[in-house]
Amino acid sequence: MPWIDACATNDIDQEDLIRFDHDGATYAIYHGVDGQFYATAGMCTHEQVHLCEGLVMDFLVECPKHNGQFDYRTGEAKRSPVCINLKTFPVRVDGDRVLIEVP
Amino acid sequence: MAQRDYSPFGEDAKRAVQSGLCAAEWYHTDVPRKVMKDLMARSDGPAIRDTLLLYGLMATFAAAGIALWPSYWSLPFWLAYGVLYGSAADSRWHECSHGTAFRTPWMNNLVYEISSFMIMRNSVTWRWSHARHHSETYFVGRDPEIAVMRPSELVKLLLNFFGVMDAAKFFPTLVQNAFSGPTLDEKTYVPQSEWAKLRRVAQVHLSIYAATVAGAVALGSILPLMLIGLPRLYGAWHHVLTGLLQHGGLADNVVDHRLNSRTVLMNPISRFIYWNMNYHVEHHMFPMVPYHALPRLHEVIKGDLPPPNTSILQGYIEMWPALKRQLRNEDFFLKRDLPPTAKPYREDFHQYVPGMTAPKAAE
Repeated sequence: MPWIDACATNDIDQEDLIRFDHDGATYAIYHGVDGQFYATAGMCTHEQVHLCEGLVMDFLVECPKHNGQFDYRTGEAKRSPVCINLKTFPVRVDGDRVLIEVP
Repeated sequence: MAQRDYSPFGEDAKRAVQSGLCAAEWYHTDVPRKVMKDLMARSDGPAIRDTLLLYGLMATFAAAGIALWPSYWSLPFWLAYGVLYGSAADSRWHECSHGTAFRTPWMNNLVYEISSFMIMRNSVTWRWSHARHHSETYFVGRDPEIAVMRPSELVKLLLNFFGVMDAAKFFPTLVQNAFSGPTLDEKTYVPQSEWAKLRRVAQVHLSIYAATVAGAVALGSILPLMLIGLPRLYGAWHHVLTGLLQHGGLADNVVDHRLNSRTVLMNPISRFIYWNMNYHVEHHMFPMVPYHALPRLHEVIKGDLPPPNTSILQGYIEMWPALKRQLRNEDFFLKRDLPPTAKPYREDFHQYVPGMTAPKAAE
């Protein structure tokens, strides 16, 4: 599976996320409170809402529409109304670039 | 003029799905990310302060009511206790259902469960109904929380100032939920994975009401019911008074909250009871902003919103004639002027929905 250059490391504030679109799919890239970068699917699994406008708190991302929460490290659904886990993708940092491995 | 069908199995519900209305993206005002992050930030402090104050006042008023019972001197204390039980519980239920009141999850969940009981709502059912209310606000047949239907049943609205309609619906549903799970309507928005939990919550609520009634019989007094249950009736008036203003007389089947929601400036006591839900356009547009940050959000985006109503009274002066007019023409709705700084209403989609009247034609 290819590694895709998603953004620069300084494009995302710590404890925040951005949207990244590639090849017809949308992803969310996170700069965690631990300084690490993470990637998940970009849309909430409850309804078709972009997570990029949501809130990152510690290791949780909260959907901006219904306040459902996921652990963005594992994709685990943590608070209703989300019941289905979020897909996650491997991430690595190469210099000042953030790369994600997409299917 | 087509008559609206509010059934989740009716023609309007099917039309909302088939037309693409349910999948349409809502309008929201552009707010810089850094500003929005600051507004969304969670903290426990304001909600702990307000919750201690609320429960402290309730305990004080209840103690005074019991001490003075059955004298008429106890009446003012029961009225004060009732409005905190039967109205403030509504806003606490609401804010904690979003998980925004406190930063700490267990605090949100604890206050949510207590408030759900007090306001006579199954905490599972209503979490899901409220998610639908936000996805499909005032979509006819799809939103299970439409308080003001068209045409309005004004007598029922007035009876609900004393919780009559809510209680009359709640208890049969509670019994059904406790013994056989969700109703058919509830199954349209509560996922099957939650049905067992919904039933357990109903059993707990039913047990508490049964114990309260048993206590009243044993004591030969309605005093236990003055504390649990009845305040949802005699104290409901404030949450109905403020709640009807949220969407009453405004547009339905639109994807712009400026068209279907109302912001009303209110006195500080009402804002404490209502936990700032008077900023209702702001809340619907950005539901992840906690109640204590809504006044700041209002200042940030007010240039893109219709001017707020200046008081509860002024809100009713605007809304009441519209409700009466909808008795004759249910397509009528209020469309407030936007300030020159605002982007135009997003009403293109509105006109695509079969059977809907374009806003201008309805005026």
